[in-house]
Amino acid sequence: MREFFHRKIERTAIGFVLAIIAAASVGGIVEIAPLFTIQETVEHAPNMRLYTPLELAGRNIYVREGCYACHSQMVRTLRDEVERYGQYSLAVESKYDHPMLWGSKRTGPDLARIGGKYSDYWHVAHLHNPREVTPESNMPAYRFLSRTPLETATLQSDLNAMRSIGVPYTQEMIDHAVKDAEAQATPDSENAANLLKRYGEKTQVSAFDGVTTQLTEMDALVAYLQVLGRLVELPAKQAASQPSERAP
Amino acid sequence: MIAQLTLNERTSALGLLILVALTGALMAVIGGDDPFAAHGVIIILFCAVIAAFVISGFDAPEPRIDRQDSYYDDPTKVGIGLSMAWAVFGMFMGVWVAAQLAWPDLAFDGAWSSFGRIRPTHTTGVIFGFGGNALIATSFHVVQRTSRVRLAGQISPWFVLLGYNLFCLLAVTGYFMGVTQSKEYAEPEWYADLWLVVVWVTYFVVFLRTLARRREPHIYVANWYFMAFIVVVAILHIVNNLAVPISFTQSKSYTIWPGVQDAMVQWWYGHNAVAFFLTAGFLGMLYYYLPKRAERPIFSYRLSILSFWGITFFYMWAGSHHLHYTALPHWVQNLGMTFSVMLLVPSWASAGNALLTLNGAWDKVRDDATLRFMMAAVVFYGLSTFEGSFMAIRPVNSLSHYTDWTVGHVHAGALGWVALITFGSLYTLVPALWKRPQMYSPALVEAHFWLAIAGTLIYVFAMWNSGIIQGLMWRTYTEEGSLAYSFVDTLVAMYPYYIARTVGGALFLLGAIIGSYNIWMTAKRPFMPAATDDVPQALSPAHARVPAE
Repeated sequence: MREFFHRKIERTAIGFVLAIIAAASVGGIVEIAPLFTIQETVEHAPNMRLYTPLELAGRNIYVREGCYACHSQMVRTLRDEVERYGQYSLAVESKYDHPMLWGSKRTGPDLARIGGKYSDYWHVAHLHNPREVTPESNMPAYRFLSRTPLETATLQSDLNAMRSIGVPYTQEMIDHAVKDAEAQATPDSENAANLLKRYGEKTQVSAFDGVTTQLTEMDALVAYLQVLGRLVELPAKQAASQPSERAP
Repeated sequence: MIAQLTLNERTSALGLLILVALTGALMAVIGGDDPFAAHGVIIILFCAVIAAFVISGFDAPEPRIDRQDSYYDDPTKVGIGLSMAWAVFGMFMGVWVAAQLAWPDLAFDGAWSSFGRIRPTHTTGVIFGFGGNALIATSFHVVQRTSRVRLAGQISPWFVLLGYNLFCLLAVTGYFMGVTQSKEYAEPEWYADLWLVVVWVTYFVVFLRTLARRREPHIYVANWYFMAFIVVVAILHIVNNLAVPISFTQSKSYTIWPGVQDAMVQWWYGHNAVAFFLTAGFLGMLYYYLPKRAERPIFSYRLSILSFWGITFFYMWAGSHHLHYTALPHWVQNLGMTFSVMLLVPSWASAGNALLTLNGAWDKVRDDATLRFMMAAVVFYGLSTFEGSFMAIRPVNSLSHYTDWTVGHVHAGALGWVALITFGSLYTLVPALWKRPQMYSPALVEAHFWLAIAGTLIYVFAMWNSGIIQGLMWRTYTEEGSLAYSFVDTLVAMYPYYIARTVGGALFLLGAIIGSYNIWMTAKRPFMPAATDDVPQALSPAHARVPAE
């Protein structure tokens, strides 16, 4: 019976194509569509803040250099990972991530909670020459980041594009994108206060690469690394309880 | 090559090239100092090189009126050459990028040459450059023979092949300049993605029109797989690459998918690129060239049906096994695991069907390195699909994920299955295509076989060891209940294996270089009379070659 049916469909090219599309569509539809409709998929976090323009620029450098090929940003619900890296990652933490950078390989350690663990100075020294900080490291050196001025001309279009896909940047944020980026790397400036007003008091303003006269790609990347894991204030009770599965 | 086209077709080919080059010129002008402009220049150069070829043959005599009665193999021939060129490039980049893990200074302090930028040049070079060109070339060959009809269109097959290579070129040059979406195996930016959609739709139309004209009542199994490959890759590519560019004069874009949904879409794409690009397409090759070379019919028609629909249906559910223990909801992880395990049934049905086809031809497997390539490919296919189902089980995945075990698994499939079946198919196809009794040097085919096997085994064993060791070290506790090893401790343990994998990869690269030389020499040798009547049915109905079924 089945063979008879198959003998028939393999006589028509169009019919065969339609059968392929039908068979292949089910899995994706069943697994992807509900992720947008089931409310619990992404936790509720009213106090979550947005990436500042400088952090977003840093994130784009992280993408450009392919850092995700060796560093994950996803702490799994396993005891050893929670003890090594910190609380396991929640979906809401990457709510504003286009694209997500969860990664698939850890040639280096996970970075989901790297923000605030090391000083800016450590990051700059490490990116300059990882082997000076960790002699056994096999990470590439990123000296050129300090030499390269940050391209700020596109920041407004960056924020604008993000807003068009649902990230709630306000018009005010978009208008001040360039100033905000400069302000974040210039402590005690007048604009820095405005930046904090727009993105929250906890936004880190710092001379990231140690030089305030020029905004470099190093400033942006370090600003991004320092905000990883700190966009959301995780409720204390979640951090205390440990429903993490033990590794077998 | 050009002599196969009429004067009108030569003119329209030039017109098309000028159109594409003008688009490139526009990009170069509006792109300013963005890599977008550099890509515009690359497009112009690419069109100029092809236009030079067309013009050099422009005054050649026009083709015979009865060209419809012969197969159209020029695009396949060029496709084979491009495929091998990409193989050497992609594998060289692979060896280099592997060496950087052991000796990080091999990046020479450049931005373009750092690990993160050249790693995708390796993956794109081998998957899309080598694999994709081989698939286009062989699918054009197979669909004509199994349908007993000439390929539909004169320029469109060229457009598919060369347009696809332009996509690969934009992708790889983009990575060097830092143009990437960061989506693994879908790194090229929006304009390259749009271009690929145009090329791919043309590919679909060429393939479907050829099938529609077939002089065989049934569509042969190999074509089911090629069709699934073309159709589903189109769906995957379009959905995963939906993005908003920051402007139409710049390369940067943002994917429309946020966070957790992006992760699911990305691995739905990523895993099914494995399924429909690296499995279905190459199974299409297997179903034609293996029975052809072994001169045995496919063992079971029913098994073919079972495995085809099993693969088409089950694979699409399996992607979420890349996201075990992550922030992706549990129910999706469990579905992914379940279907990954079930996937073993159609996978082993395919492998078993292929091995049983060899029953009665095992003496040929022993004597003929070409057939042995395909046999070994099937064995690696069986092993790596088993390993894949195993690694998709949650507790196993908790150990293997994020480690080199995954890398080893991928290469067991990529080197052991995809590359070996491709080499076996090309060594079958090349002599037939250029009408030679055999390859230029059977001894070099033999040497290539053993280099490929040795390289694959060294690579895979190194990665099994490093992956399992690192996974275990990450979760080792001291008696006091604290973590026993720092991350750096586990990295130090990896170095010997990183060196071993570089050696394995270098052996595999050497084999590919030897293979390229052998194919080149076979094609270049002076013409010898054909051994078979390699023409469509209409010309010689009595002797037409009927594919094994």
